[in-house]
Amino acid sequence: MSTEVKQKESLFSKKNRKLISDPFNDNNPITVQVLGICSALAITVKLEPAIVMSLSVMFVLAAGNVIISLIRNLIPNRIRIIVQLVVVASLVILVDQFLKAYAYDVSKQLSVFVGLIITNCIIMGRFEAFALGNGPWKAFMDGIGNSIGYGVILIAVAFIRELLGSGTLLGFSVIPQSWYINAETGTGFYANNGFFLFPPMALIVVGLIIWAQRAKNTKLIEEN
Amino acid sequence: MNVNSNGYTYTFATVMVVLVAVLLSGASLGLKSKQESNVKQEKMQSILASVGVEVDRSEAQAAYDEVITQVLTIKGGAVVSEDRATGFDVDMATAIKSSNMDREVPLYVANKDGETFYIVPMRGKGLWGPVWGFVSLEADGNTVVGANFGHKSETPGLGAEITTPMFTDQFPGKKISEAGMFQSISVVKKGTSSGDYAVDGISGGTITSNGVNDMLADCLAPYAEYFKNI
Repeated sequence: MSTEVKQKESLFSKKNRKLISDPFNDNNPITVQVLGICSALAITVKLEPAIVMSLSVMFVLAAGNVIISLIRNLIPNRIRIIVQLVVVASLVILVDQFLKAYAYDVSKQLSVFVGLIITNCIIMGRFEAFALGNGPWKAFMDGIGNSIGYGVILIAVAFIRELLGSGTLLGFSVIPQSWYINAETGTGFYANNGFFLFPPMALIVVGLIIWAQRAKNTKLIEEN
Repeated sequence: MNVNSNGYTYTFATVMVVLVAVLLSGASLGLKSKQESNVKQEKMQSILASVGVEVDRSEAQAAYDEVITQVLTIKGGAVVSEDRATGFDVDMATAIKSSNMDREVPLYVANKDGETFYIVPMRGKGLWGPVWGFVSLEADGNTVVGANFGHKSETPGLGAEITTPMFTDQFPGKKISEAGMFQSISVVKKGTSSGDYAVDGISGGTITSNGVNDMLADCLAPYAEYFKNI
């Protein structure tokens, strides 16, 4: 048995901070691990649902990570995936019920997307890869970090799509009305690009972000 | 303790399921009344919004009681009940299952600034789930004053645009019948609507637009007979 006194790691040690900063760039769940793409396609038409979705994922992922981490030594190995699923599904249903009762407008906004959180592979991925093997605080930091990494990309894609597709941001018009082509007066030179409203464009935008990120961060380029 | 033995696995699963079931049903029961009152107030808000009365959710009940003077229940063109609660509580999802003339559907009569308006509730199918709405008509039971729509799960930016002013602002002034013959209002391909009986649909939201089109025809029809005689 080791006689070495185990030093208590500080809450915001370099290693712990890395849990937050890593998923932001080097290990981004969307652009590097390419997880959670389905929701990135579905809810990035408008900025507002994308922001609310990011916040909801942050809550579910951080809380779920902590719960899984707390009971990690009690979970039978053979049914661990089912246990993870039950935890995430219960959290999502609870959030949905509370929103319906106390934040009805937000709940209407999110509609089906609350349910979509359950199927977000990032959540199950972090439970399985991280929370099962680490303490609650680290799991919490990891959850926050990954959901920020997810949210940043989601919001960036939604920003581009709403701006170019609908000419609005958070529902407010940002393109001057006089720019739009007006058939009656023959003025204007601009039209919204309706193609940005369709899911393929989300994939292309995510692709462009991955390209830009890899061009800047050469660590990410595979050798071969 | 061996956490991987069969006995432990079964026990763990059972305890987990029971705990989660208790937690979720507790939350559902505890929050139910609050959720239902939200839904009810929102319905009142939508009814009022279709005649241009915008109120906060907390004031919805008071404004509803003031503006809505009568709630009639119509069946086959005749009034079968004048009880306010009976009309308000009609579940449109069930009502639209029976044929036009067999339905018991509510008609809200509003009085705003001395003018009478009729408000017709609607419900139909969108692409992913139900769509619904309210259309208000002038005292002649023909000219549209306003319309608003809601949906459960249409795609944001596409089908979900039926709730925006861009779509609903097309309705005022449209008519639902021509010389006593019921016409309804068609939702047509964007940019091709003309005349009193058509509005532009949403590009990229064709199936939702068609759903609104069918809903208008289906839900206005049961009142045609009643409006003919006012």
